[in-house]
Amino acid sequence: MHPAFSVIFFTVTSGAGYGLMALLCLFNFLYLGMLFDKNIFLIFSGISAVLFTMGLISSTFHLANPKNAWRAFMRFRTSWLAREGLLAILFYPTLFLYLLLIHLDFYKDYFLLMQIYSVFIFFFAILIIYCTGMIYACLKTIPQWNTPWTPINYITIGIYLGGLIFFALLSFNDFNINPYKPFVLALIFVAFIAKFIYYLSIKGPRHEIGQATNAAIKLKNTNVRLLDVGHTGGTFLTDEFGYKVAEKRLRKIKWFSIFSGFFIPFFLIFSYSYFFENIFLCLFAVLLSFTGMIAERWLFFAEAKHVVNLYHGAQKC
Amino acid sequence: MRLGLVVDLDKCVGCNACAIACKQWNTSGTSGSLTDYRPYGPDPSGVFFNRIRHYETGNYPENKTVHFPMSCMHCEEAACVTVCPTGASYKREEDGIVLVDPEKCMGCNYCAWACPYGARELDREEGIMKKCTLCVDRIYDENLPESERKPACVMTCPTTARYFGDFDDPNSEVSIVSKEREGQELFSELGYKPVNKYLSPRKKVEIEQHEIVEPDLVRKVKDWVNKVVEL
Repeated sequence: MHPAFSVIFFTVTSGAGYGLMALLCLFNFLYLGMLFDKNIFLIFSGISAVLFTMGLISSTFHLANPKNAWRAFMRFRTSWLAREGLLAILFYPTLFLYLLLIHLDFYKDYFLLMQIYSVFIFFFAILIIYCTGMIYACLKTIPQWNTPWTPINYITIGIYLGGLIFFALLSFNDFNINPYKPFVLALIFVAFIAKFIYYLSIKGPRHEIGQATNAAIKLKNTNVRLLDVGHTGGTFLTDEFGYKVAEKRLRKIKWFSIFSGFFIPFFLIFSYSYFFENIFLCLFAVLLSFTGMIAERWLFFAEAKHVVNLYHGAQKC
Repeated sequence: MRLGLVVDLDKCVGCNACAIACKQWNTSGTSGSLTDYRPYGPDPSGVFFNRIRHYETGNYPENKTVHFPMSCMHCEEAACVTVCPTGASYKREEDGIVLVDPEKCMGCNYCAWACPYGARELDREEGIMKKCTLCVDRIYDENLPESERKPACVMTCPTTARYFGDFDDPNSEVSIVSKEREGQELFSELGYKPVNKYLSPRKKVEIEQHEIVEPDLVRKVKDWVNKVVEL
C-alpha cells in the first residue's frame, strides 16, 4: 500500500494525544482525586488536545475532495472510518465539559461523579484509538491488516507514546517521577511485544484467498500466469496498491523503528534517575519514540499487500 | 432485480473494444468525465471502469492465452458500500447497481481499499471516486430502441463475449449461460457475493503425442535400402 504521510502522521499523533488523555484521566481515577494542581492538569490536557487535533487535521490532507469531509460521520452504523470521525468529534465537548468541571473544583465536591467521568473519558479515548485501528483491520482485502493485532498495536502504541509524553511533562514540572518509571517501562514493553507478535503473524501469507493468482482469476482446473497487465503507464491501482520497497530497505527501516521506537527510549527511561537526570534526555526519548513510530506506521503501509496485486502478477499476498 | 454481466473467456479476444466503448460512453455520462492524465506525454494514464489483463493458463502443449476483462462486480454484499463513511457509495435497491454519488464523495480512497477487484479508481482531477455504473444512464433510456438498452461494453463486443441481464430471472440469458457453464465468481472466499460471472475456457482437445521408438533391425535395413535406391 502507498504510505501517505498525512495518514501516517494522523494515526501516530492522534493516537499519542488520546493515549495521553486516557492516562491523565486514569491517574486522576487511581489517585482518587486530582494528581496535579488543576492548572497543570489543564495544560497537560491542552497538550493532548493539540496532539490529537493536529492528527485529525492532518488526516484531511489525504482527501482528494476535502470540501465533503463534513459528511464523513454519516455512515457510522457500518463504516469504521465514520465511527472514528464521529467519536473524535463527540470527544471534544465531552472533554471540554470534564475540564470545565475540573476548573470549577468539582473533584472536591462531587467526588464520585468525577471518578466516573474520569473512567468514562479513559475508555472513550481508548475507544477512538480502537476505531482508528479498525479502519485498517476490517479490510479483508489486505491480509496484513486484517488481524486483531492491528487495533491492539494502535492502542498499545498510542498509550505508550502518551505515557512517555506524560513522563516527560512530569519531569519538566519537577515531579517525583520515580513511582511512574516502572509503569512507563511496562507500557514500552507491552507495546513492543504486541508489535513483535504482529510482525510474526504477518510473516507468511495469512489468507488462503491471497495465496495464488488462481483464487483471484478462478479458472476451472488450471493454473494461471500473467502475460500482460494491459497498461503501459501506471494506473490508480498500481500507484495506490503496487507500492514496492526492496526487502533490504524494509529490514533496515524495521530495525530503525524497533531501536528508535522501543529499545533506546526504554534504555533512556530506565537509566533516567540512576545515572543522570536531565529533562532534555526525556524530550530526546519522546522525539526518538515519535520518529520510531512514524517509521513503524510507514512499515504498516509499505508491508501491506492488497489482493488486487494478484491480478497484476503477484503470486501471494 | 440483480443486474450484472457474464464474460465468456472462451470468446474474449482481448481487443479492448469494451474498455474503449465504456470510456467513450461514460466520459460524457452521469459519472463523467473519465479524466486522462498526460494523454500525449511519455507515461499516459487515466481513469477506466473496465480493464483487460492477459494471462496464460495450462502447460505446454495445452497452454492457452486468456484475456480477462474486469469491471465492477456489483457485489450483493458490497464492501465498498459498507466502508464508505459519507454515504456516497450506495447499492440500488431496485436493480443492485453499485454507484457513487459525486456530490457526497470526499475522495478518501477507502472504498478502493475495500474492493478486491480494483474496480474503483480515483479521478485525481475531480477528487471523486469513479466506477462502472453498468451504464445506468443507458439501460433505462426509453429513447433508445430496446435492443440497445445494454451497457456500452456489451453492445460493442465484436465476439459477443459479454452478456448483460437479470440474474434473479432464471430464464434470462445470463442465468442460463452461467448455469450451463458453471459461471465462476472471483474471490468468492471473501464473501462479497459478486454478481458478475466468468465462464472458464472449455477444455481444449488434447493433441495426440507419439513416442519416438528406436527402429528395429528390419526397419534399419529397409531404410538403408531406400537410401541406396534413392542414390
